[in-house]
Formats: sequence, structure tokens, C-alpha cells
Amino acid sequence: MGALLDVSGLNKVYEGSGRRVEAVRDLTFTVESGELVCLVGPSGCGKTTLLKCVGGLLAPTAGQVTLSGRPVSGPPPGMAFVFQEYGRSLFPWMRVGDNVELPLKQKGLSKSRRGELVDDALRSVGLADAAGAYPWQLSGGMQQRVAIARALAYEPEILLMDEPFAAVDAQTRADLEDLVRGLWRERGITILFVTHDIDEAVYLGERVLVLSGSPTVVRERLRIDLPAERDQLHTRVAPRFAELRTHVYEQIQAAKRGTPAPEPSDRIVDVEDRPVDKS
Amino acid sequence: MTRFLLRLAFVVALPLFLLGLWWLASDDSTNPFWPPLRTILTTFPDVWTSERLRADVLPSVLRLSAGYAVAAVAGVAVGTVIGSYRRVRALCEPVLEFLRAIPAPVLIPVIMLFAGIGDTMKITVIASGCVWPILLNTVEGVRAVDPVMAETARSYGITGAARLRNVVLRSASPQIFAGLRQALSIAIILMVISEMFAASNGLGFTIVQFQRGFAVPDMWTGILVLGLLGFALSVVFQLVERRVLGWYHGLRASARRSP
Ligand SMILES: Nc1ncnc2c1ncn2[C@@H]1O[C@H](COP(=O)(O)OP(=O)(O)OP(=O)(O)O)[C@@H](O)[C@H]1O
Ligand SMILES: [Mg+2]
Repeated sequence: MGALLDVSGLNKVYEGSGRRVEAVRDLTFTVESGELVCLVGPSGCGKTTLLKCVGGLLAPTAGQVTLSGRPVSGPPPGMAFVFQEYGRSLFPWMRVGDNVELPLKQKGLSKSRRGELVDDALRSVGLADAAGAYPWQLSGGMQQRVAIARALAYEPEILLMDEPFAAVDAQTRADLEDLVRGLWRERGITILFVTHDIDEAVYLGERVLVLSGSPTVVRERLRIDLPAERDQLHTRVAPRFAELRTHVYEQIQAAKRGTPAPEPSDRIVDVEDRPVDKS
Repeated sequence: MTRFLLRLAFVVALPLFLLGLWWLASDDSTNPFWPPLRTILTTFPDVWTSERLRADVLPSVLRLSAGYAVAAVAGVAVGTVIGSYRRVRALCEPVLEFLRAIPAPVLIPVIMLFAGIGDTMKITVIASGCVWPILLNTVEGVRAVDPVMAETARSYGITGAARLRNVVLRSASPQIFAGLRQALSIAIILMVISEMFAASNGLGFTIVQFQRGFAVPDMWTGILVLGLLGFALSVVFQLVERRVLGWYHGLRASARRSP
């Protein structure tokens, strides 16, 4: 058995009303079980498109996605999605608890098991006492935490997150990043996290895939060799963090200018330890 | 408590004022078709005895409820199908526009040919007039389901009946209720008109009977009863709506607070 998620030669062309947009040209990558992989790319480079193809919500024009060896042709039961637009992803006519429970009902779980999962998921995102509230009674960051709880309760093999924190304020965002990393370490879930924010990608990921601008290919694969224990205060000022983010930044800038990638794009790059500038 | 009294005062102030105006304006009226309100009110308890309420108001209310219920079920069901499929919509839209443009009262003679002059005819007339606002609003509501919510449902495997019940109909419910509200006033109008055509009991029938017998104050009391009936129905409707659409009013209020 190979990787948990295998994306090969993925291509997506939107056709319609005389316009032809090649959103994703040729993407190949894998995600191993238990990994936290970040995809980072400039705005509009097809990140959402890619993730929807992976999640079976969009049919790719060419290429294949397989999850645990089975090709994905519709939303597979082992996948949960956290969307960019949290405000429109929760159902406003249901209370928080019912929002988290609905997918579990659909799975056919017993009432007691559902109750356990809902309580546990809400507790791990710190919203144990919000089950009776409506989503619109909560702040943006809390709503996104409900969406994360819904995904957790679903017990997916892989969690897909599409710029989940793009629309919340900086402080909330930092908290949510720590929440995701904490959940990943505690529960050993597999996460594919998409973002346009370089710092976020480097801070969260164990591996970062840098995407080029549209038409999109994987420009570079980068292993993030920061310690597993990360925190907002120290990790972000660590010299290694600065090197990694600078490297990713340069890659994205080069991608925008259209310079070819320095390394063959199917090998994992380890950034050489450059001497830290002491001036 | 004071807030409740204040609200109550706001609710009853204008009706009381208008009644007072009517009372004063009609007080010394000698016109037989425009009797003093005093006369109308003293006639009221004599005319609307419990016997008459059972014999005339109850059948009317039952016909109205039956016609309205048929329209609601048919309108929501057909509207959901039309709203869900683009092809069906393209096929049905011109026909719907045509059918909707026909005023239901002109159908009464036609419906009488098929359904006779009994309750079936009246229920059919009420239903055929009420169904349009419900149907068209349902179509719009079902079409307008947020694409992100639809994709969320799909990604969690919420499909078929569960999707209809938990996502599509709930999301369309504010629009559906707007249609139901419009349909309610149409239902009352059609109830009265259908009973004026051919009937042996009912509110519409009774009012016409009084008018033909020159029992003018009695006729006016009938109109008051109709008004009260309409008011009562709209209060009930509001109570139901407040329960079902509580989330929607809350959502709108919270969107107003933080745009
Ligand atoms: N349904 C669609 N039809 C046609 N073109 C589309 C459609 N969806 C996206 N596109 C195009 O595909 C490209 C990639 O869009 P996508 O939303 O995947 O980018 P993104 O990286 O997620 O952007 P953002 O960072 O703004 O979220 C864009 O050029 C966009 O215009
Ligand atoms: Mg996007």
C-alpha cells in the first residue's frame, strides 16, 4: 500500500461561456498517513480548485486522485472539508450541536455514539458549552472552530482545509493555528492545509508544497525541520523559521516572474543552512 | 410588564381610533345602507349565535383550511422539483407564467362544470388560486440555496431525502413562508367568492343572503366577522412563522448588528 492520498497529473480546465481557464496544469504529490502538509501558493493560483478535485467535489479534467488506494470520483466517506467561507458553511437554521451531528446521522451512527463524538469534538476546540447556540450567535473564529469540530467528529482519514483562517483577525488566526497543530499532534490525523500565507504554511506544516502561479504546478517540496513543539512566540522568531520563510517567499516571487524552479520539482528540497546575517 | 402594556397599547390604539371615527361618523346616519355602528354592534350578538358560528363560520374555515393545505403541499412539492432541476425549470417557466396570470375567480364556472357546486369545487378554487405564490416562491428559494452550503452537504455525504429535509427546504423556508403569507390573504378572498357563487352555507353565502334580504346591519356584522377571521388567521400564521423561522430573524438581526 502506498501513500494515504495520491494525486497524480491532476489537471483542471474550466470551460464555459467562451472562456477557457486552465486553473491547474499538472500537479503530482502524495500525503502519507499522519502527515500535516501545507500547500502554499499565490492568490488565484487554483488552490480551491485543487482541493475540490481532491475532495471529489469537482471532476478533474485529467489525472487521478486516490485515497487509500481507491480512486476518488465523488466525495469519499473518509474525507472532511473545512471551507474558506466559514460563515456560509455552517447551517444557520441548526444549533451548533446539530450542525456537528448531522453528518454523523448520515453515517448511520447510534444516538449515544453521536452524542459522544459531538461532545468530544466540541470540547477539543474549546466550545463545549456552545452546543445550544446558533452559529450566527458566535464570532467568526468560533464559527470556524465549529466547522473544525464538525470535521473532527466525522473521524475522517484525511482533513482538507481550504484557507480556513483567511477571514479572521490576526489574534484569532494565531489561536486557530495552534489549535490545528495541537489537534494534529494529539489525534494523529492527516491534514492537507491550503493557504496563501507563507508564514502560516511554514509554521504549521511538516512539509510545504509551493505552488507556482497559474497555470499551476508544484514548484517545490520543502521539508520543515522545525521542532515538533512550536509556539507563536518563539518559533516565529527562530532563525531557521526566517530562513525557511525567506526561501518559500523567494520561490513564490520567482514563480510570479516565471523563472524556472532551480531544482527538479519532484524531489524534496532541504534548504542548505546559510549563515545567518549578523549585521 | 409595562413594556407589554405599552406594546398592547400600540397594537390596539389605531383600531380603537378608527372604530371611534366610524362610530361618530355614522352615529346620526339615517341612510339605511349605512347604519350607525351602534346598531351594527347591538345586532352582532343576535346574528352570530353559536348555532350560526357552527353552521356558517365552521364550514367556511374548514374549506379554507383544506384548500390552503392542498395548495401548500402541492406548491412546495412541485416548486421543489422545478427549483431543483434547471431543465424542468426551463420547460415549465412559460406555462407557469401563463397559468399564474389567470385570476382564479374566472375559473369558478369552469371548475363548477367538473367539480359541481359542493365543497370540492370551493376547495379546488381556493387551492388553485393559492398555489401560485407558494409555488413560485418555493422555486426561487430552492434555487437560491447557498453553493457553499450545498457543497458542504455534498462533502459530508448528505444527499437525497436528508439533504431535502435538512438543507434545501430549511434554506428555502424564508421564501416559502413569504409565499404562504401571500397565499393566506388570497385564500380568504377566494373562500368568500366561491361561497357567493353557489352555496347553501358559509360566510360569503350568509353575507350575500343578508344583502339580498335588505338586512343591512346584519350584512355589516358579517363583514366584521370576515375581518376578525382574517385577523385571527394572520395572528396564528405569525405565531407559526416565529417558531419555524426564529433562526432567520435572529440571523438577520445579527447581520444588522455587524455588517
Ligand atoms: N467555476 C469556475 N469557472 C470558471 N473559472 C473558475 C471557476 N472557479 C475558479 N475559476 C478560475 O480558476 C482559477 C483558480 O481559482 P481558485 O478559486 O481555485 O483559486 P484560489 O487559489 O483558491 O484563489 P484564492 O486564493 O483567491 O482563494 C481562477 O483564475 C479562477 O478565476
Ligand atoms: Mg480559494
